[in-house]
Amino acid sequence: MWKRDEAVKPTSQPTPAAPVASNVQPSAPVAPQVEPRRIERDLVNIGKSVVIKGELSGSEDLTIEGQVEGKIELKDHLLTIGPNGRIKAQVFAKTVIVLGEVNGNVSASEKVEIRDGGSVDGDIISPRVAIAEGAHFRGSVDMQKKAGSSSASASTSSSVKTAPTPTVAQAAQPAAH
Amino acid sequence: MAFSDLFSRRRKDEPDHDTGAAKAPVHSTKVLAKFIASLNGRTSPVLLDLGSVHGANVTFFGERLGCKIIVEDLSKDIDRAVKDKTITELPAHFKKRFAQEDGSVDGVLCWDMFDYLDKHAAAALASQIVRLLKPEGVVLAFFNTAEPKEPVPAVYTKHIVVDQAHLQYRPYPAARGKQKPFQNRDIQRMFEPLRITEQFLLKSQQREVLFRKAGGGAADASV
Repeated sequence: MWKRDEAVKPTSQPTPAAPVASNVQPSAPVAPQVEPRRIERDLVNIGKSVVIKGELSGSEDLTIEGQVEGKIELKDHLLTIGPNGRIKAQVFAKTVIVLGEVNGNVSASEKVEIRDGGSVDGDIISPRVAIAEGAHFRGSVDMQKKAGSSSASASTSSSVKTAPTPTVAQAAQPAAH
Repeated sequence: MAFSDLFSRRRKDEPDHDTGAAKAPVHSTKVLAKFIASLNGRTSPVLLDLGSVHGANVTFFGERLGCKIIVEDLSKDIDRAVKDKTITELPAHFKKRFAQEDGSVDGVLCWDMFDYLDKHAAAALASQIVRLLKPEGVVLAFFNTAEPKEPVPAVYTKHIVVDQAHLQYRPYPAARGKQKPFQNRDIQRMFEPLRITEQFLLKSQQREVLFRKAGGGAADASV
């Protein structure tokens, strides 16, 4: 009796145990709809010989192998400073990975990673920061969680400075704990 | 015989267990937990780290305290002074080394940086730390108590936080070795008007000290 019920239910209609069923079964019919809408990430590269002076902003992931002076803004995207990249700029991105050299403040809403051989001279503001063995860093790290009102953190950032570059007035809120 | 062999081998192995997976030895620390506890209740504290930067430490303090960490690696200053033969100018260098405002820092991690300084340079650095510290701010410092053995190894120690009771000591090359240890009273004088609130003498001949700057008014009496 039980076996027959179970065999019938999945094919005809969802079981009353909604949370479990929704995790497993509906995914199969929905999947074909999602697949065509899958976001394809274009990888944009700024080559070794390219020198940019000014403001660089965009809405896709970017890898820089050349030189940039000024400001880089990729608010919701990944910025990778390649091993040959030389940046003299304020950097704003979702995630920043540094393998080259950055001279300036780095602000990321998600994560900043300085990999082996990478160098940052400036202040970092990010909820997560990873500094690898062999990386160079001079400045301050502000890991205050959650970007909230701009006033609270701006005062903290401006009161303490170590890097030669001007401090960033970046929104951040004191940690909950 | 066989059993005793087994036990003796095991005893021999015990120190290696301390070494841990990353090869560098792990030592216990008593003062770090007190340092963290002192900063725990503060909203967005500012921490000044005078040792070499390490990702694990940044993550540990950042996540634990939600703080801003300023890294001012003094080992590089010492190395430069030794190479340029300007070691006698270190006291003057320290006086203008820190751009931070007076009373802007909640906690200072000195680690064992004072062991590499002579008396004048150490006093100059200590006075800067006192200047930077907020009322009720705390300073963690380690001092060697034993005279360094003659071929003094020219190594710094990277203190990597494993947890609040353990530090991994990772040596790395230095331009000079540890200097003559300071007497306890010299340490106290150097850091005046800070008070020593915690002090531990470890088996490793290292003195772990927690200093605290007196707060204004009634808060002072509570410590």
